[in-house]
Amino acid sequence: MYSYIVRRLLLTAPVVIGVSVLIFLIIRLIPGDPAVAIAGVQATKEYIEQIRKELHLDESLPVQYAIFVRNLARGDLGNSTLTRRPVAVELRERFPRTIELTLIALLIASVVGITAGIISATKRYSLFDNISMLVALFGVAAPVFWLALMLQLLFSVHLGWLPSTGRGTFLHFILPSMTLGMASAGLIARITRSSMLEVLRQDYITTARAKGLAEKVIIYKHALKNALIPVVTIMGLQFGILLGGAVLTETVFAWPGVGRLLVDSILARDYPVVQGAVLVLAFSFVLINLVVDLIYAFLDPRISYHSRESE
Amino acid sequence: MTGTLEARASQNQKSAEHSESELRAVLRYLRKNRIAMIGLFIIVLFVLCAVFAPLITKYDPTATNFGKALSKPSVQHWLGNDELGRDLFSRILFGARISLIIGLISVAIGLILGVPIGALTGYFGGKLDLFAQRAIDIMIAFPGILLAIIVVTVLGVGVENVMIATGIASVPVYARLVRGSVLSIKKMGYISAAKALGIGEAAIIFFHVLPNCFGPVIVQSTFQVATSILWAAGLGFLGLGAQPPLPEWGAILAKGRVYMRVAPHLTTYPGLAIFLMVLGFNLLGDGLRDALDPRSRKF
Repeated sequence: MYSYIVRRLLLTAPVVIGVSVLIFLIIRLIPGDPAVAIAGVQATKEYIEQIRKELHLDESLPVQYAIFVRNLARGDLGNSTLTRRPVAVELRERFPRTIELTLIALLIASVVGITAGIISATKRYSLFDNISMLVALFGVAAPVFWLALMLQLLFSVHLGWLPSTGRGTFLHFILPSMTLGMASAGLIARITRSSMLEVLRQDYITTARAKGLAEKVIIYKHALKNALIPVVTIMGLQFGILLGGAVLTETVFAWPGVGRLLVDSILARDYPVVQGAVLVLAFSFVLINLVVDLIYAFLDPRISYHSRESE
Repeated sequence: MTGTLEARASQNQKSAEHSESELRAVLRYLRKNRIAMIGLFIIVLFVLCAVFAPLITKYDPTATNFGKALSKPSVQHWLGNDELGRDLFSRILFGARISLIIGLISVAIGLILGVPIGALTGYFGGKLDLFAQRAIDIMIAFPGILLAIIVVTVLGVGVENVMIATGIASVPVYARLVRGSVLSIKKMGYISAAKALGIGEAAIIFFHVLPNCFGPVIVQSTFQVATSILWAAGLGFLGLGAQPPLPEWGAILAKGRVYMRVAPHLTTYPGLAIFLMVLGFNLLGDGLRDALDPRSRKF
């Protein structure tokens, strides 16, 4: 297992480097003159030159990348071309907002999804099973931004129970996190159900039943632990997908997180901020995946690097 | 001698029958799956709407009529009118074309790039595989819709770029899937047999390895059409996709959002259309997966 952990850590290094190269290239790959694209077509020559200097666009690509990495190591992500504020400062404010929303959404999705999945598996083909699997299908297929608007329409416009946008009180969390977590809850419910059904077919469960153990003991003490292994992986992946989904959810709910910052800066052609926002989201995802894989290795002692690769 | 030939001929016929009956079994199982059939029905309905849109509605999806701006659904305008008085039903019908085309082309891009990468890296392994896998790891490091957003940021907004963006974002999915299938197929006896017969590597990959990846690829493609449609609508909603006056569902929703309090139909129906189309492909995908997996087939 330790060699697995070491190899997994070593494999993260090229990914981190690759991600940084890709993000570095965002500005440099814009067709035409990037300095003009960033400054805007109406900008004065002096301003375009200033942008070119600021982003070192007049240097060769390897030199530009070296400067990018050096600055990154110092926590310097440049300044917003729009507000002139340091990107790092902006991200430091925004990132915790995205993480809190994502974590709450994941928590809701896991509790709802795992509970629904277990009940569905143990009461297969019952009314509960059918309804919850139908809701799960709905959750996976409904566009997150539409769901957001429909919930706003119902709970804010018609019923007036919950605030439709912004952040501040506990109530502000309910709609965004429910919306964001809906698709994940559906997926987690489906995975938990099928994984639980698979485990309940195993010999050791039959043995436990033959020993006359109570069904509750069998399900919660014997089956659940093994059934949850694939669910943990999915939860980790979902965390990343939720980070991506936050881009849409934050836009609808005017949530002051990184996702909304990203969209606003793309529309305003504020590329240094775009780079910073993408960097934060991608690096968090890489980190989460690493943690999930390590947890997976602890949960399932059979895991070795080889078996994981051939999956 | 003739006996053995005859035996061989009948054996060949049997194997031909077997492969045919396998396909038939899959189709028969799929036909019996009511939920998958509902999915197929939804898809066919949308395809018909997209193809015959000009025959189904008499209103031009881009023709403005300010007198009717934000009108509620009525007998003439089944789903009401938008902020410029355009008929929402026509816009949703024509929008089906855009969404279906985006879904199909982006999957085509994903297949064209992803399948060869997966097949070659899985079959040959070695340094090529190691390099490609790291490249794919890097692409996968961008969660969900983010990779598509990055591509659009670089290429600029517009329907064509959305197709490219969602297509590129699906490449790692196919590359991983096909590589995994190829790794297991490679170990099969019939591949060693083909090698022993002196068949070239290219022919082995094309005629013996790839056809056996067909099932998972078809299933994934069905789901991927749904995902691409969702991503494209998301990009349209954010203002990073199709641009006005194109009747793209996500963009219609984004515009309608401004009038949510006075004209909720502008957000409800386009979203419902996206939801139904995505649901259709997901249901069919679930059915196909069950039908193509002999273990889950129950007769």
